[in-house]
Amino acid sequence: MTAAATERDEERRAMTASGEVAIDIAGMNKWFGEFHVLRDINLTVYRGERIVVCGPSGSGKSTLIRCINALEGHQAGRIVVEGTELSSDIKNIDRIRSEVGMCFQHFNLFPHLSVIENCTLAPIWVRREPKKEAEDRARYFLERVKIGDQALKYPGQLSGGQQQRVAIARSLCMQPRIMLFDEPTSALDPEMIKEVLDVMVDLAESGMTMLVVSHEMGFARQVAHRIIFMDEGQIVEQNEPEAFFNNPQSERTKLFLSQILSH
Amino acid sequence: MAGEKPVAFVAERQIPPSPPPVRTGGALGWARDNLFSGVFNTVATLLSLAFVAYILAMVVPWLFLDSVWNASSLQGCREVDDGACLAVINERFLQFVFGFYPEELRWRPILAFVLLFVAIWPALFSSAPRKLLIFSALYPLLAYWLIWGGSLWGPVGAVVGIAIGWACIRFLPSLVRGRLDEGLAFLAAVGAGILATALWWLFGVIAFEEALDGVVAIGLEPVESARLGGFLLSTIIGVSGIAGSLPIGIVLALGRQSNLILIKAVCVGFIEFIRGVPLITLLFVAWLLLSYFLPPGTEFDLILRVVIMVTAFASAYMAEVIRGGLAGLPTGQYEAADSLGLDYWKSMRLIILPQALKISIPGIVNTFIGLFKDTTLVIIIGLLDPVGLLQPIRADQNWNGIVWELYGFIALFFFIFCFAMSRYSMYLERNLDVGHR
Repeated sequence: MTAAATERDEERRAMTASGEVAIDIAGMNKWFGEFHVLRDINLTVYRGERIVVCGPSGSGKSTLIRCINALEGHQAGRIVVEGTELSSDIKNIDRIRSEVGMCFQHFNLFPHLSVIENCTLAPIWVRREPKKEAEDRARYFLERVKIGDQALKYPGQLSGGQQQRVAIARSLCMQPRIMLFDEPTSALDPEMIKEVLDVMVDLAESGMTMLVVSHEMGFARQVAHRIIFMDEGQIVEQNEPEAFFNNPQSERTKLFLSQILSH
Repeated sequence: MAGEKPVAFVAERQIPPSPPPVRTGGALGWARDNLFSGVFNTVATLLSLAFVAYILAMVVPWLFLDSVWNASSLQGCREVDDGACLAVINERFLQFVFGFYPEELRWRPILAFVLLFVAIWPALFSSAPRKLLIFSALYPLLAYWLIWGGSLWGPVGAVVGIAIGWACIRFLPSLVRGRLDEGLAFLAAVGAGILATALWWLFGVIAFEEALDGVVAIGLEPVESARLGGFLLSTIIGVSGIAGSLPIGIVLALGRQSNLILIKAVCVGFIEFIRGVPLITLLFVAWLLLSYFLPPGTEFDLILRVVIMVTAFASAYMAEVIRGGLAGLPTGQYEAADSLGLDYWKSMRLIILPQALKISIPGIVNTFIGLFKDTTLVIIIGLLDPVGLLQPIRADQNWNGIVWELYGFIALFFFIFCFAMSRYSMYLERNLDVGHR
């Protein structure tokens, strides 16, 4: 086990011990019509913790993180985000959403707005910040994702990797306490994956609480405190990265790892 | 191994970019590429040219070379030359434009028409000063006052009604703060605002008008609706319909997507009913039936009733066009707006509608053009739009027998307006087309 990995495990134990909970999911169930997508999910995420969720397609991992900011509703159990329980109350939902940033597989930038407008829209309209202040922060974050010189372009003029970095900056401009990533690199050309992962590593090092649905196992090994493996709507296995990769317990996990790591 | 080519290859140099091969440039080259690129194309080109030449050979002498501008009857025209008898248009031009609007007051619709361009300028071009939008908002009442005349206090009273409604929506929720759920309070305030405005318009405006007329009477000589006609009438109905149908159509389209069953049902019912009924039927309803539903003695202007019906008709179509635009947006846009914490109205206004409306521009303008041309249908309920004005002219002994010149003139008028709308929509699409290389 590398020194960095050991250190990370130490970090995780300290977070758990501190008891500062960012997200608490208990007994959560969700159905799409008749189909039981999420089955009895129990998950506690501590502040500063970085979790990578993996699993075969259709296992419910995207749905799980989309439940955290109520893009999907859940039918049973409870989800508490930063002390606020997700209920049908729209006020609660909007508050949680402004605290939780999200990056999508297909970026979902607003094509009719320039990069800088994409970044300042929510701070101005949701947080009611003065335009100047919002723009300054947008420029700071665009600089941080190394795309400061493209601020006045429109999303359609950027490459996929650049668009995803803008999407990350857009979320960060709301100064969220938690960041959700829904397969952020799956729609990218191989050459662009690295530039996005670099930004995410940088973000991880700043201490952000992160939940990442991804198949980038190198990234998981490098930054995750915990890896969660899902299959058929339930959490099958979770562990610290080294243990997860080197010593998977369930047969399903072993099969999955052998399939994605064999190439 | 002998004879087999080695598979390994390494590029020895970077191939520099070079300009594309020079085609045979100039007009000749273009013509050869586009008009005479093969036997079939050459034949098609020659046939088309022959057809165009044939049409021009007929129209140009008729319309330009042999046309007669000054005569007092068809007979008179024929005595001068055998081309188009444009003298009829020369003589009746003002009637085509104004109908029977009193001659000495015609400066009023002209002024209203000129101000119309000032009012739509900020709506059409983003470079216009934003402050002008206030003028645009007041313009409908100003134009109404200019064209129909009467006391200035009538339109001012109408504005006061809107202000009352706005004040209700703005200030009522804070009165009940804490005692009522905020969303509920807002809905109640909107209801109270609409009710207050409606009550004011029904009962307050007239008293307001009379009271202020007693103090200072500012007014223009009133003109009856029956005297409005011609292109003035088409423009009034067309412009009001266009200006009204877009916002109503947007509201209906959003309502149709609503999760609230009642709102959705009302919108779907309205759209499907109005779309399922011919416009002519609605115009008859406006003409004959509406007076049965109104309290006896209510004087409700026929043109206003027609405007309401035409607007309702176009709104239903507009709603469906915009619904198409809304459906054309990827769900990711809705999700991204949600995930940033934007509430429903903000995400609609800032994210969804700008994009949906942009996609819908061709359909929206299509509806506008259709609406504008449909204004000629008011002829069947006795309003004298340009087509309606044709009958008395053609019945006039002096001009009996003239057809092409009159219909051609009206067609030209509508064509100019519709073509302008079509060009504007193309300009707008180009202008809004950002970042698609």
